Amino acid sequence: MALLQISEPGLSTAPHQHRLAVGIDLGTTNSLVATVRNGISVVLNDENGRALLPSVVRYAADGSVTVGEAAQAAQSDDPANTIVSVKRFMGRSLADIGEISRMPYRFADTPAGEGSKQAGMLQLRTVAGVKSPVEVSAEILKVLRSRAEDALGGELVGAVITVPAYFDDAQRQATKDAARLAGLNVLRLLNEPTAAAIAYGLDNAAEGVYAVYDLGGGTFDISILRLSRGVFEVLSANGDSALGGDDFDQRIHCWLLEKNRLSALNPQDTRLLLTHTRAAKEHLTEHGETRITAMLSTGEVVDNILTRAEFQEMSQNLVQRTLQLMRRALRDAKLGVADIKGVVMVGGATRMPQVQHAVGEFFGQTPLTNLDPDKVVVLGAAIQANLLAGNRGGDEWLLLDVIPLSLGIETMGGLAEKIIPRNSTIPTARAQEFTTFKDGQTAMSIHVVQGERELVSDCRSLAKFELRGIPAMVAGAARIRVTFQVDADGLLNVSAREMGSGVEAAITVKPSYGLSDAEITRMLQDSTQHAQDDMQARALREQQTEAQQLLEAVQHALEQDGELLDQAMRAKIETRMGALRDTLSSSDHLTIRRATTALNDSTVSFAQKRMDKSVASALSGKNISELEDK
Amino acid sequence: MQPDNLDFQQNHFQLFGFSPSFQIDTAQLEQRYRTLQALVHPDKSAHLPDAEQRVAMQRATLVNEAYRTLHNPLQRARYLLSLHGVDTQEATNTVMPLDFLTAQMEWREAVIEAQQAMDSAALEQLEARIAHETQQLEAQLAVRIDAEQDYAAAAGLVRKLRFMEKLAEEIHAAFDEIDL
Repeated sequence: MALLQISEPGLSTAPHQHRLAVGIDLGTTNSLVATVRNGISVVLNDENGRALLPSVVRYAADGSVTVGEAAQAAQSDDPANTIVSVKRFMGRSLADIGEISRMPYRFADTPAGEGSKQAGMLQLRTVAGVKSPVEVSAEILKVLRSRAEDALGGELVGAVITVPAYFDDAQRQATKDAARLAGLNVLRLLNEPTAAAIAYGLDNAAEGVYAVYDLGGGTFDISILRLSRGVFEVLSANGDSALGGDDFDQRIHCWLLEKNRLSALNPQDTRLLLTHTRAAKEHLTEHGETRITAMLSTGEVVDNILTRAEFQEMSQNLVQRTLQLMRRALRDAKLGVADIKGVVMVGGATRMPQVQHAVGEFFGQTPLTNLDPDKVVVLGAAIQANLLAGNRGGDEWLLLDVIPLSLGIETMGGLAEKIIPRNSTIPTARAQEFTTFKDGQTAMSIHVVQGERELVSDCRSLAKFELRGIPAMVAGAARIRVTFQVDADGLLNVSAREMGSGVEAAITVKPSYGLSDAEITRMLQDSTQHAQDDMQARALREQQTEAQQLLEAVQHALEQDGELLDQAMRAKIETRMGALRDTLSSSDHLTIRRATTALNDSTVSFAQKRMDKSVASALSGKNISELEDK
Repeated sequence: MQPDNLDFQQNHFQLFGFSPSFQIDTAQLEQRYRTLQALVHPDKSAHLPDAEQRVAMQRATLVNEAYRTLHNPLQRARYLLSLHGVDTQEATNTVMPLDFLTAQMEWREAVIEAQQAMDSAALEQLEARIAHETQQLEAQLAVRIDAEQDYAAAAGLVRKLRFMEKLAEEIHAAFDEIDL
């Protein structure tokens, strides 16, 4: 469709060149990678033909790392150094995780960065040192990245990484950091149910309102979407980022402990039993009963028969919880059960008959299970990655997604004041003005929280920061404008500025749970100490390519729309282009990066003018319905 | 609509091709929203240089903001009045007719009671009632603004609508508490 061409002037690479991009589903239990080949989204298998990479990472004393099946096989022998379901720890402090005693890990809580009293993301002590969940996840991503690069025969332009729709800012930031650490350029963080909707919707040319019920290994999402003429519009999202198939395993596990009067198992036996309970759960999908037998390290023997009815009974309240959240999502979308045209089932845990039955009963229709619930998310992510990388096919679609949890700040009395309500379409920004309450007050503390509860203590604390340098005035005279900007990844940026006196102080914060650039650098160095030179060379090459592409893009833009600039602006841009050209032969990638950033900064207002011009020309002379039909 | 003049300095009505009035064509609103987002959404420039991506985020943010404002009748009225230089004084002007305030208090109590009794049916009834009252107020608002240009009276209606919106939010929160 003709409208697309408005983005094209900036496109610097040859248009016929296919840019390698992948979708990655970084799951609690399994992870996958997919790409679009010849217009079809396909999952990339490993050399043994396996699509699913178990999200299991094992650290050895010599610093070597095993990921996937081999690590999974060792989990009962070496539970403390074999990390499973690490997704549950992303962006979480120790206090956030229940049932720590039942987990076979040695945790380390970490204080957050400077100037913050909050606890940071938890860490795991392994035989190879202390590891953050971000580092563990990066190991999984690295394996998928090299699987993709081997299969596609080249370096990736970028990746779309999926996250549960109900992930909060800290969890999203942690995921993005993990991708960076794995050397991936993140084109977008995409909500898992939305990815599934793309795969399903494009496949079936679906129109109407759909519910996506996504029960994964460790997370539950429900999204309500309206699909209409190539637009995927998320109307509401709800969920629980700590509810998934693992909890069903736990129920069986507890039942076994009770039945056999077992208490305080060692980590090996805990892991052994959990492996058996998962197999039992899966067996019950096809059978009426299952037998669980295991010999513990103490010599005790576990041998029990579990029927499907018993399993349903013990997991009933988990299923009920998902239905409650579904009711909330429908209410947020201002819709009833009758408005839902179809229910797409996503995630391995939706194979459980009691889940399918409950969802079917709730909506009064049989849920759609024609796409493999393990693969539908990654297939959708690959389709979106292909689009975002600029590989335009004939089809176009538009995703309008939302922020799942309200964002706010702490006000007097420990209350949370919402600034951006949940289910706001992203990207979005809101500003709110505050004032000083004491004469001569020159600093103000701002506490950013996320969640629906009234009390700050019941919400997730994202960041605390101080705005300093407010000019001394009488109480109430200063006007401090706090702006929340949520980008298309659902990530938050907060800035504050004092407006009253014309003096401006601005600060940008990252969530307390996010990693600082220094930490990322440290981790990158740690992970690449064996291949330092390779990394340097690669970084340099990537930076040179980026710089060259930018130069071409700007040159092209100048030729096409140069008349939009005044002389001073044009001179500034040309000076910086020259400066960037001069750095191209440098062997220091940071020098090139600085010059690239400088050129980028100087072209923002030019880009604005060009976008406005192209929007206007795209709309001119045509009525809207004409445009929409294309 | 004058597409040649289209720029993002315009007010929300102009951006969506409307003349500034309270009553708008919601089908056109939806269509124009999709058309604008199809042009400016950050997904369209994910492969372009940083500057372009930043601009796309700003523009898409603005389109979302404009859509949200125009989509919601209360926000649309408030915004329209501000274009006419009328402050709706929702925080400062608390003078309300006594019968209106009495009804508000009764409804609020009913919401609390229904929540405590976990009575979804009662909440649904209240919700329908509030929605009906809200529509009545919106119909009056259309007359005051579009037909009579009586902005002072319109500001009074906006203040009433804000009360209704708060009630609706409380009902929503009560539903959430029941389903917590």
